[in-house]
Amino acid sequence: THTAKPSTASTPETLPAAWRVEVHRLRAGDDPEGAHALAALREAGWKGLRSVRTARGFLLPAECTRAMVDAATKEILADPVLDRAVVCAPREAPAATEGVLRVLVARKSGVMDPVASTVARAMARSGIWREKGEPHATTFRVYQFEGEPAALDPRLAREHCTRILGNETIEDVLVASEALPYALPRQSPRHGVVHVPLRGLPDEALLKTSREGSLSLNLVEMRAVQAHYEGLRREPTIAELETIAQTWSEHCKHKTFASRVEFEGRVIDNLLKQTIKAATMELAKPWCVSVFHDNAGIIEFDEGFDVCMKVETHNHPSAIDPYGGAGTGVGGVIRDILGVGLGAKPIANTDAFFVGPLDLPQSELPKGCMHPRRILSGVVAGVRDYGNRMGIPTIAGGVWSHPDYVGNPLVYAGTVGIMPHWAATKSVRPGDKIVVVGGRTGRDGIHGATFSSVELTETSEIESGAAVQIGDAITEKRVLDLIVRARDARLYRAITDCGAGGLSSAVGEMGADCGALVRLETVPLKYPGLSPEEIWISEAQERMVLAVPEESLERLLEACRLEDVEATVIGDFTDSGRLVLTWHGEVQADLDLHFLHEGTPKPTRKARFDPPREADSGVPAVADHRALFLSLLSSTDIASKEWIVRQYDHEVQGQSVLKPMTGVKRDAPSDAAVIKPLAQSKKGLAIGCGASPRYGRLDPGAMAETVIDEALRNVVAVGGDPDRTAILDNFSWGNCAHEDRMGALVLASEGCYRAAMAYGTPFISGKDSLNNEFKVGDRVIAIPPTLLVSALSIVPDVGIVVASDWCRAGSALYLVGATKAHFGGSHHHLVRGLSGGAVPRPDLAEAPRALRALHSAIKSGAVLSCHDLSEGGLAVAAAESAFGGCLGATIDLSKVPCDLGSAPGIDRDAALLYSETPTRFLVEVDPARAAEFESHLAGIPHARVGATRAEGVLEFTGARGASLARVDIEDLRSAHQRGCKA
Amino acid sequence: MAHAKNSLVLRTAGINCDAETVRALERAGSRVELVHLHALLERPALLEGASLVVIPGGFSYGDDVSSGRIFGLELRHGLSHELARFVDGGGRVLGVCNGFQVLVESGLFEREPGSTTIPPRTIALTNNLSARFECRWVHLKGERCAADWIEAGAVFPVPMAHGEGRFVTLDEATLARLEAGGQVALRYVKADGSPATGPQDNPNGSTAAIAGLCDRTGRVLGLMPHPERNLDPWNHPEWTRLRARGVERTRGEGQGFWDRLVAALPVLV
Repeated sequence: THTAKPSTASTPETLPAAWRVEVHRLRAGDDPEGAHALAALREAGWKGLRSVRTARGFLLPAECTRAMVDAATKEILADPVLDRAVVCAPREAPAATEGVLRVLVARKSGVMDPVASTVARAMARSGIWREKGEPHATTFRVYQFEGEPAALDPRLAREHCTRILGNETIEDVLVASEALPYALPRQSPRHGVVHVPLRGLPDEALLKTSREGSLSLNLVEMRAVQAHYEGLRREPTIAELETIAQTWSEHCKHKTFASRVEFEGRVIDNLLKQTIKAATMELAKPWCVSVFHDNAGIIEFDEGFDVCMKVETHNHPSAIDPYGGAGTGVGGVIRDILGVGLGAKPIANTDAFFVGPLDLPQSELPKGCMHPRRILSGVVAGVRDYGNRMGIPTIAGGVWSHPDYVGNPLVYAGTVGIMPHWAATKSVRPGDKIVVVGGRTGRDGIHGATFSSVELTETSEIESGAAVQIGDAITEKRVLDLIVRARDARLYRAITDCGAGGLSSAVGEMGADCGALVRLETVPLKYPGLSPEEIWISEAQERMVLAVPEESLERLLEACRLEDVEATVIGDFTDSGRLVLTWHGEVQADLDLHFLHEGTPKPTRKARFDPPREADSGVPAVADHRALFLSLLSSTDIASKEWIVRQYDHEVQGQSVLKPMTGVKRDAPSDAAVIKPLAQSKKGLAIGCGASPRYGRLDPGAMAETVIDEALRNVVAVGGDPDRTAILDNFSWGNCAHEDRMGALVLASEGCYRAAMAYGTPFISGKDSLNNEFKVGDRVIAIPPTLLVSALSIVPDVGIVVASDWCRAGSALYLVGATKAHFGGSHHHLVRGLSGGAVPRPDLAEAPRALRALHSAIKSGAVLSCHDLSEGGLAVAAAESAFGGCLGATIDLSKVPCDLGSAPGIDRDAALLYSETPTRFLVEVDPARAAEFESHLAGIPHARVGATRAEGVLEFTGARGASLARVDIEDLRSAHQRGCKA
Repeated sequence: MAHAKNSLVLRTAGINCDAETVRALERAGSRVELVHLHALLERPALLEGASLVVIPGGFSYGDDVSSGRIFGLELRHGLSHELARFVDGGGRVLGVCNGFQVLVESGLFEREPGSTTIPPRTIALTNNLSARFECRWVHLKGERCAADWIEAGAVFPVPMAHGEGRFVTLDEATLARLEAGGQVALRYVKADGSPATGPQDNPNGSTAAIAGLCDRTGRVLGLMPHPERNLDPWNHPEWTRLRARGVERTRGEGQGFWDRLVAALPVLV
């Protein structure tokens, strides 16, 4: 351990009044973060850098003795084999070294710092810290740069480091300064009950109040609130108004989706009810246990167990802070599963990302946007660190790219859970205690401009930092461990998660049918000084709310103590029909629950749809099929996601049957993943998804049908039963106040209804995110209409599961499904720079029969492998199965079942190779069982189109046997490995 | 009176492979108790009924600061005498993945038999050379070592999933001592059992391709990969290919590891 002299760069007054421990790696080879930073900074254009070394830093209270700091360093902070620690006394800094530029990155005050919490806890538990409570610890990162003197210019360093190494929304980046922050967030100055004057206000003043308070209530809603309080002859309190705004928010109420719509001369009274929910209600599947009304959809599984799934978006938080946004997205959807019914055990996660072009030149990046590569690597790391720590395998997903996601990336996270059937329902009774468990409450997720924080303007760094939520997976893992045990001991009667709106939504929902009284001063806080309404609406993570009968309370609190989970009684459920909030006995809110939940005025939206006019370029003949194969395999949506999948622990829980990557070298994509969640049941769960934003802008209705088909064929291709499959819808759309966006939503929703009815596949849960637009200069860019459909399918016996990689040489290859000329929004058009064409659309009369027939063939055991045809058509599917199996094949295009129509300008070979017609599969069959296979497919278009072969060459022949393409599978493999790199 | 072949599986905040570890042990014939670390710290006497203590994989305490650091600290501070006595009395300790990292932090690999003092640490598990968390299947080969229940020469496939699994020693002398002392229990190899030659075989870049280590008595063993994730025939990444080729498999290749471990457990009284 070295002791350092004060640095000359900072004066002692600016240095933190805390002990500083910096832990440096002894060997550069043990510092991969430094190597990564060097590579990233060089790529970003910082020239003349020679080396970057990183260190981890910790600040510990000035009250510690030197001996305590040394003990913490030795026992907790530094590794005796790998590290060298530097300790500085309070108000001191490490000695400056000639030729080394230091940059420090530290979290802003009030931003969650789970590592610091762990250090503080460990110091207290191990007795190193002997004072009361836990010490205030913080962490920071150190970057030490060496290089040419001109390169080590602090101005240059600031420019690059803020873009590449730190995120100024949540972090301070200190260049050549040692003045680290150490203070706790400051207190809100306000006390007492504050009323907001609404009565008698004219419209523009109402709107101003909504805008300045970030209430997101429109004029009709503000008038409804005003009228309600006119009737009460008083003004609302801040806490009441915040509660109404949270409860009536788009996020909680699906206002737009449930609105009355006037569309092209028709009136749709409630879009959601008449399309997506209508399909589920009309299908009335007996195996649907709970749909749409709880935190997730629940279906029957086996042996007295149900399974459930929920998918959420976390788009805007991920645009600001990809790592934290994606991580808390995962954390949030896991809590939905912990909070559905009486709680389910999470068994799988899914993720889907939609980002701008990964090869976008820096010069074309709109101002204020992060580069898509940085966003992608950040969200992957966020999902990885949260999902892996939770011990939930992340097993399915995808990455899609389009220029219109540059300023507004989309991040979807899903979780699947399993629960005993008796735990699928819950009820709250008056007299039950309201217990909050898990994380503490801070200013996380409270936006800067709400009423409660307008007075905090002088502490702007706290506001902006606090707006971002940072996850703490281990706190949530503790909660998970607690919930499954407390559930089975039946220690509570109801549970829900604290998501958007925090306690206000959770308690408001749970108490909706009876009433609730919450004593806000009892809520445990991360730091003192929050105002009552800040506590009430904080979106601090990792919290759940339980309704606990008085007689179970002691046992519940004991279970929490054993699991090291903080649990606090914060109030009671009542029979008053009112939501009452008090703060040290003073009433902060007293709301009629009926008005709160039923008082939302129903808006009417106008909608229209103008399909974009694109010249139809037809499908010209392809001069070099080999080159086109390689370009398709290297395009972002198709290219290998292996580098992402490998970072996710997709094997944890030991239930893996089919992994996200398959094949001899484990580098071919699976259509879906399969797990076997119950030891006592042979049944499996296939989990897959579909999305096609490129179709969405051209034809939202066709897109919806095709995406549902894609999700279904993905799960059916691996062994899922199409008649025991449920789906989830997640819409991310532009601002639906615009008629064209709303029109696209109407068409997509109607497509969802048609497809769900045709396939007999109910929606069990869904969510929408409807304000995904960004400004570039004066131009507003809306994202492409993006519908993610997730499918949860029961595999009758995991023994029937098939993968997408070819298994043997000499197998018969069948193409199931007829190929049509579907090129609108296709990858063929994208790669060749073409436009127009028919958007892929399933034949809703034929497709459901095809899925059932294929399922019966797979169940019979005649199928060796199966891969669905999607982006890039037959060419890409065959390529993936070939390099997956390290086998070649010869495929005769003249045998492919097709109906190419009579449209002129369509080259037949190109159409057969690259069309994206849905409901098609490339199936490998044991030749000895070909007749048996064909009997299952009777009445469905299918044909034996070729055979696999040992030589690693994929060959297609056209009319009269002419060879169209002959490609080495190793070239296909390496093309597939390029194209989606962050 | 202690029951034969009882196992204690320890869990705490962030341990997440406990269910499959319990399953593997039970299938191997052990009676298993899943115990929270805090319960064991409050009642160390729980050790007396067991022949085996297992620390499963996961991210104990988030692996904050470093993998296994805080769990290791809790063992050193709260249980080091009890665990030393347990091992000296013939008890076995196994750590898988995060459990291995915890055992390295605990000092149990370097402790002199019979002693309760923890010598300065000379081994570590640190960041993979790829600098990334990696989940992939590898092949392990059993070494002739102090843990004589490890089948020398046997090669079996198992998944690994970790970010900090690269085994390193303070110096060459440490490595030589471990090799000479029969402490190298498992190595990463190619599928045919020949030595690993690159990141495809030894994905974290461990020194001497060491995947598993034991103490000088063979009673304490740790390994990074997860044999408990290959208990069933359909866990293997190529099981559909093996089925297509007519290869009969009734269980996963990882179960044998647990079977041999449990079979070799002493009956402690």
